Amino acid sequence: MTNHWIDYRNTDVFMNIGGNTAENHPISMKWIEKARQERGAKLIVVDPRVSRTAAVADLHVPIRPGTNIAYLGGLIKYILDHELYQAEYVRHYTNASYLVDEGFSFDEETGYFSGIEDDPARNAKKYDKSTWQFQRDSDGNILKDESLTDPRCVLQLLKRFYAKYTLDMVSKITGCDPKILEESYKLYASTGQPGKAGNIMYAMGITQFTHGSQNVRAVAMVQLLLGNIGIPGGGVNAQRGQSNVQGSTDMAILYHILPGYLNMPKAAVHPTLADYLEKETPAAGWWVNKPKYMISLMKAYWGDNATAGNDFCYDYLPKLDARDHSHIGMYKYMGEGEVKGMICWADNPAVTGPSSGHKRHYQANLDWLVSVDIFENETAAFWKAPGMNPAEIKTEVFLLPAGAAYEREGTIANSGRWIQWRWKAQDPPGVCRSDIQIAYSLFKKLQELYAEESGAFPDPIVKMKWDYGKDEDESQVDIVKVCKEINGYNTADGSFVTNFVSLKDDGSTACGNWLYSGYYNNYANPACQSRIKETEGIGSHLGWAYAWPLNRRIVYNRCSADPQGNPWNPDLQVFWWDEEGTLIKNLDIPDWPGSWTFEQVAQNPFIMLAEGQGLLFSQTLSDGPLPAHYEPAESPVPNLLYPKASYNPISQRWYDNFADLGDKNYPYIMTTYRITEHYQSGAVTRNMPWLNEMMPELFVELDEELAETLGIKNGDTVRIESKRLLHDGKQDGIEAKACVTRRLKPLVINGEKKHIIGMPFHWGFMGMAKGAVTNDLSPSVGDANTTIPEYKAFLCNIRKVV
Amino acid sequence: MQKTMLIDTSRCIGCRACQAACKQWNQLPAEETEFKGSYENPPRFSPVTWTKIAFREYEMDSQERWTFTKLGCMHCTEAACMMVCPASAISRTAYGTIKIDEKRCIGCNYCIANCTFNVIGFDQAANVARKCTFCEDRLAAGLIPACAKACPSGAITFGDRHEMISLAERRIQELRRAGNSKAEIYGLEELDGLGMMYILKDGREDAMAKYGLPENPRVRTSAHIWNVIFKPVRAIIVLALAFALWINKSESAKEAKAS
Repeated sequence: MTNHWIDYRNTDVFMNIGGNTAENHPISMKWIEKARQERGAKLIVVDPRVSRTAAVADLHVPIRPGTNIAYLGGLIKYILDHELYQAEYVRHYTNASYLVDEGFSFDEETGYFSGIEDDPARNAKKYDKSTWQFQRDSDGNILKDESLTDPRCVLQLLKRFYAKYTLDMVSKITGCDPKILEESYKLYASTGQPGKAGNIMYAMGITQFTHGSQNVRAVAMVQLLLGNIGIPGGGVNAQRGQSNVQGSTDMAILYHILPGYLNMPKAAVHPTLADYLEKETPAAGWWVNKPKYMISLMKAYWGDNATAGNDFCYDYLPKLDARDHSHIGMYKYMGEGEVKGMICWADNPAVTGPSSGHKRHYQANLDWLVSVDIFENETAAFWKAPGMNPAEIKTEVFLLPAGAAYEREGTIANSGRWIQWRWKAQDPPGVCRSDIQIAYSLFKKLQELYAEESGAFPDPIVKMKWDYGKDEDESQVDIVKVCKEINGYNTADGSFVTNFVSLKDDGSTACGNWLYSGYYNNYANPACQSRIKETEGIGSHLGWAYAWPLNRRIVYNRCSADPQGNPWNPDLQVFWWDEEGTLIKNLDIPDWPGSWTFEQVAQNPFIMLAEGQGLLFSQTLSDGPLPAHYEPAESPVPNLLYPKASYNPISQRWYDNFADLGDKNYPYIMTTYRITEHYQSGAVTRNMPWLNEMMPELFVELDEELAETLGIKNGDTVRIESKRLLHDGKQDGIEAKACVTRRLKPLVINGEKKHIIGMPFHWGFMGMAKGAVTNDLSPSVGDANTTIPEYKAFLCNIRKVV
Repeated sequence: MQKTMLIDTSRCIGCRACQAACKQWNQLPAEETEFKGSYENPPRFSPVTWTKIAFREYEMDSQERWTFTKLGCMHCTEAACMMVCPASAISRTAYGTIKIDEKRCIGCNYCIANCTFNVIGFDQAANVARKCTFCEDRLAAGLIPACAKACPSGAITFGDRHEMISLAERRIQELRRAGNSKAEIYGLEELDGLGMMYILKDGREDAMAKYGLPENPRVRTSAHIWNVIFKPVRAIIVLALAFALWINKSESAKEAKAS
């Protein structure tokens, strides 16, 4: 989130798109209700179903799964056509005035931007981005047209690009009544008035698509146009589904990044530290400090072994090769027999991964599998899954019993980036251990083994600094030592660094995650343990926990005031400057370096970006500088906007088990989701009788008309089939109970009625409440940038079990 | 001081934190359930299910509605259960709540049969009737009931009755201003006042279809008759019943011995 949960109380209009906040983040409703009561705030819910959030919304906008860009593109057009954008914000704080390279173009027939190329290695297309640039003068300065009238300026480009996203066209694509579309556009665009705050909150219903990153871009563009970023009550707010999923991304539990969102080095691009620093460090913006963070990280990893002379052990860092190391890729290689061992830690891909039925079979290629969890989950027990023959499976499975959430101490980072300490309620039972203890002991043992027996390349392991043992008992981890390393310290005397501003690129500081630096910078009262509530203010609660970066609650918060320093909304003023431009009062931590002048700050409010301004047009993503509507990989209809394109051309197809466009055998659109009563793969919650009592079985939601056509009654057992479950030419579906509901309605897509069916995915064959695995149906295809799988829109068939 | 719980159906998100919190605080075991086509579960009240959310789907002003309503013992002022209890096991506490004294309960099921809202369960093993207590033990400790404590969206508030009434009235005004012209209070007059008061966002018309609540709750005539005619001789009836039960028991014990 750019903002945070409590800040929701400052919102005037909420748009919950691709998320179900009441269902999956119930506490958000506390703040939404407060805003409704105190500010008369409105809640728009964009969702195919009447979800639990839509049930309490002011306006429900039902759209077909996978058509968010059509919907948001229509909103962008509406804002531009009616000049509802926040003109001053757009002019000063975004790149609307930048002139785009003359070579840049978009072909509305093919749906390709300029620079399209074949990418045979990925069985997809790729872009040469050389035309996705801005025009520059001979000194390298970007050419701008402050009047925003030049046909090559970003704003005019946007107008032309989204000209086709008319209400009629968006209605044909999404299936939503144009009147409802317009009502929602009008209501949300009202936040373009200075002093009004619009909050777009989203979750996996935005990200889990082959065009998921572009969905997020579209959200960000709407917010930039309406002046909703960096202001109280505004924001691009990704609601994380688990209390610490934010923390796990911050700490790089992802293959492509190192802690603090430093890119993982690539063997071909960054063979040496000099290459990495040169190619990864931009010329301007806060990231010019990247070398300090990278070198401090390596100092944290290898301690005294990391010296300027050996490039701080850069050679020890693993480098990505040309292959895909994402979830889908990793399992593909496992299926091909290349991956021999897997440690599966608090994860259950045999239920949550796409095409999970195939995944369970691939796991049989493993020699060994370690599962660290509090229950034996489906991934660990894959060999006893329905359809598996244990006698044929040689994989050795180890179960390491972990401690539950309340049996361990440490921090969690919530969606609003607040890093909060959690104290332990009790010790884990029996031989269960906290995750940190398991990690500590495991690596210590590995170090011993590599030291004794050596190996192909033992140094990165043997020389790693791993000194977190308690002073009184070396075998037990001291979490405070780990916190200190994450926070950062001076290598000379081991003293804490105050925050990341103190980090150096000469080896004199070590820091495990620059973004967290400051969260634990003293022993007596670390900020993450602080619990001081604000008594008055805008809800920042600066004394409660520690928000990255630098305890800042709203990022890009310079945008809360106009360039002269006057707040857009005087009731929610964040900063006060005196006549000399000196900051005299602040209700949040300023998002600019203290050394900058008032003018510098006003001209560069987006300090993480080299241009210093919000990117309406951006070169960042691999699949286009502007979000264009593409269909999901499996779709019942062609792309009405770009007839020759169907799904995102840059997205990789790993397998060819996809339904054809408009496949008669799989006529229904499936979308998957979560319910309040169960969590993720259900590994924990399906072992809790009180939760099973409320939600005992897997179910599938379908509309009344479809149910009648198929002779399905409420509560009947039905079979759901997809192209993933076709074995030797025979269809093999999964079973679930029917939930026939008026909350889902068929949608008319370009004149044709289409039915949507929906399923939660929390069940599996282990635990106290068992059920089929929904993700056996979902396709192994993902976003062009992140490879997040397309769980939210694919094709299926459904029939009654007789 | 009379306590009241105010349930705001315009704010309930159906998360059922209240339902789980009730089971957790009162240590009530889970029931074996099945998915029968609705999120609502368990299907009915029982000795181990004292509160639950009714999930209702209907159309209102050509919009699809999905309404969640927390149900449970209403702690009625005119309480049918209390009227018909032959053993004087049901009484009103200082908090204004209705309490079943398990030691006095003879398991006759009259309260269950006469409950206006069908929210009392019968524990066959213990031969007693059970229902929501408003977490009497928590009230005694100055805490609010577990369900109210767990509610994340502000749909459940708990406090002194007069405060809940003014809160409800304010809320009705807010909702009407926001366009919910039919919003109204339920439980103010019903049965001389219910301990569970509701903000019905879509009005009381078809209340059963919208919220799982009777539109006009009434104590059955038979309960009134029972109350008026038999109450004076209740002690005798109890003695007679107890005697009959004792005879039955000793007879069956004899039979058991004989076989």
